[in-house]
Amino acid sequence: MAGSDFEPTIVAFCCHYCAYGAADLAGSMRLQYPANIRIIRLPCSGKVTPIFLLRAFEKGADGVYVAGCMEGDCHFILGNLVAKPRVIYAKRLIAEVGLEPERLEMFNMSAAMGPKFADVAREFTERIRQLGPSPLNKKFQNKKDQAA
Amino acid sequence: MVIGERKPFEEILKTLEGHKKILVLGCGGCVTVCLTGGDDAVRVLSSQLKMSRDKDGNPLEIIEKTVERQCDPEYVEEIHDIVPDVEAVLSLACGAGVQYVAERYAKTPAYPALDTTFVGGSVKEGYYVERCQTCGQCKLAYTGGICPIARCSKSLLNGPCGGSTGGKCEISPEVDCAWQLIIDRLRYLDQMDRYEELADIADWSKNRDGGPRKMIREDFQR
Repeated sequence: MAGSDFEPTIVAFCCHYCAYGAADLAGSMRLQYPANIRIIRLPCSGKVTPIFLLRAFEKGADGVYVAGCMEGDCHFILGNLVAKPRVIYAKRLIAEVGLEPERLEMFNMSAAMGPKFADVAREFTERIRQLGPSPLNKKFQNKKDQAA
Repeated sequence: MVIGERKPFEEILKTLEGHKKILVLGCGGCVTVCLTGGDDAVRVLSSQLKMSRDKDGNPLEIIEKTVERQCDPEYVEEIHDIVPDVEAVLSLACGAGVQYVAERYAKTPAYPALDTTFVGGSVKEGYYVERCQTCGQCKLAYTGGICPIARCSKSLLNGPCGGSTGGKCEISPEVDCAWQLIIDRLRYLDQMDRYEELADIADWSKNRDGGPRKMIREDFQR
């Protein structure tokens, strides 16, 4: 579906206490993961509200994910359990707009899971590559128009 | 509070067909509390609308604003600078709010983004239930504080009916029989004598059946 020159832009909302640490660990471990991920650090995944996720898509992100602590391990006790239904709700909101709900996901990991962070980044990037560019990704659309 | 539920997205999109610039107007009253019409809901709906129209190559310019209450002329006045610049107002208020905007700005169409559903309260955050049907003649003093109009499926004044089984209503096992609740509560309050009194035939003219209603406080009239 997607052109071979398509490099997805992915926004990852990462909790400071887990996924952000896992990203740091992945770096320390010299693990390779795609450069498509733009990390936004949050104090907790529970800080995410649907508008955060919608704005990312509105600005042209091809995929968005929220990465919070393992269930039961939230630093603020319930933050990741607050985020989970919000992500599910936001999937419905983007589906109403006409974007595939698969472009949005929530993952759980601990700060010790550097390899998992890299795996998630790889798998999600691959998923978005398969889905192709978001119709709201103006950068890609302009490039395509110029090439034509 | 008045509970409103967001209309299907497709329906909202359809009402906005042909418009290029609109005001999405939130209400800081009841619908903010029930999470459907406040500042956050304005931002979410605006973002969805912008994305949907951008995607179709038919961009929509949106001004976002939330006023304290849309059912009060002084707050509706706050948008008078904005309204001349837009082609339509999409209101996230209850039906009353939408009408106040429509009345004040006669040349600009005001569209509802919500379906106003009922008067109720919250069970927990994000979970709302009906408690009042604004019948205009409150009977709660005689029914243990439980409304037979809003909570009995048949609005019976002298219940229960034969469809009450195990404390549940025949329409659904999830719906409590209001009259079972009333009897239990009256018994608990030691006020079963109130249950024995037959309720008079209701004066439904005080309900919507008597036409649009109004309430006037003389001491505020100048």
